[in-house]
Amino acid sequence: MLSKRIIPCLDVRDGKTTKGIKFKGNIDIGDPVEMGRFYYEQGADEIVFYDITASSERRPIMLDVVRRVAETIFIPFSVGGGIRTLEDMREVLLAGAEKVSVNSAAVLHPEIIGQGAQAFGNQCVVLGMDVKKVGVSQKIPSGYEIVINGGRTPMGIDALWWAKEAERLGAGEICLNSIDADGMKTGYEIELTRLISTGVRIPVIASGGAGEPQHLVDVLSQGRADAALIASMVHYGAYTIKEIKDFLSANGVGVRRSW
Amino acid sequence: MIAILDYKAGNLTSVRRALDYLGFPCRITNSREEIRKADKVVFPGVGAAGKSMESLKELGLDKLLGELFAEKVPILGICVGLQVLFDLSEENQTRCLGLLSGQVVRFPQKLCSGKGDFLKIPHMGWNEVVFSKDHPVFRDIPAGSEFYFVHSYYPQPEREDISIGTTEYGITFTSAVAFQNLVAVQFHPEKSGNPGLRLLDNFCRWSGVS
Repeated sequence: MLSKRIIPCLDVRDGKTTKGIKFKGNIDIGDPVEMGRFYYEQGADEIVFYDITASSERRPIMLDVVRRVAETIFIPFSVGGGIRTLEDMREVLLAGAEKVSVNSAAVLHPEIIGQGAQAFGNQCVVLGMDVKKVGVSQKIPSGYEIVINGGRTPMGIDALWWAKEAERLGAGEICLNSIDADGMKTGYEIELTRLISTGVRIPVIASGGAGEPQHLVDVLSQGRADAALIASMVHYGAYTIKEIKDFLSANGVGVRRSW
Repeated sequence: MIAILDYKAGNLTSVRRALDYLGFPCRITNSREEIRKADKVVFPGVGAAGKSMESLKELGLDKLLGELFAEKVPILGICVGLQVLFDLSEENQTRCLGLLSGQVVRFPQKLCSGKGDFLKIPHMGWNEVVFSKDHPVFRDIPAGSEFYFVHSYYPQPEREDISIGTTEYGITFTSAVAFQNLVAVQFHPEKSGNPGLRLLDNFCRWSGVS
């Protein structure tokens, strides 16, 4: 049976991970290529590199990171952050990423989803969605609204409608981030995840809120997510990927246990 | 030298990187002369069967693959590279290479797990391949190993004995086939960590006799 995927996410700025990681044994690594390799060896099912480089002149540094990652890890990895054009997508995929995720650009110019799917295949195009809980209204019937600019700009678009629309346009997967839960470590937004994951036919990666292994059990079972994104809970050595997977497995969630 | 067939079928560089990492000289190429000189051929693929067949024909690689198969050159098909080896693909009703008898069909619309959960299409992610026979290309791959899949179509070989690996996703389907000097897998060994690298390493050392 298909395993649920556990996906560490690394934020990269100017070619370095922003927080670095501290592991039991006190190793501190700030190089995204080494961190990628580390998580690959630790049993990550996939890795997400999120580029938060502000200036476009420094973009080529990220492409170099992508190339070096591709030479050292042999599992799928995706790259997101600042992808605006078909050319941006092409560069990242040619550098060796398996998938590329678009977020704000797709909200502003939805045609990029279809163009990307046409040019590179649906499986390459991940739609990143930042979502905020609002009241149910005529405009936002699901009660969840799409926001951009890291949650600062509400777009007046219903999250469930947008997920279905992106699927129709050709997105191969959705990475669903709850702005409310993000960074809180109190668990994923289960209700939202279930709503989106059962509303579309493509896989949904839950993101935002993971603090302990039980949170992953919840989102992968009740929340019906196909995969779960994790960050600080592994970056600072609180848990290893293996510990998380052992816990998931003991709680009836099927995961890949040998690698 | 190992030739990685270039027929505009998506990201070929990941296969090349994996072979580089394993230390086998390889080349991404669509040159008939170069492919003819190769010891082995990897036939990757991402995308649609129809478009793949079109590109293969345009480049004259459809006939070449048939010739290489007859000449006992070891060939490894990956994903769509497996699918187009069969007679026919349901995807746009594509007439394929016909090196293997059988057809390629889509997962049923209503696909459910044993627990009754609605399953998503494409089948994307890590899943187990149960190997039913010994084969040099699958040697030393631990039982229970999982591989990375991304696909909506799967093969139905006419001869059951060419199916040497199966996977469960709502139904049990053939995920690995072997016939004479031909081996093909529905998953992506180049993206499947150690078991995938082991498979590629085995293939690169394989004489073509099973």
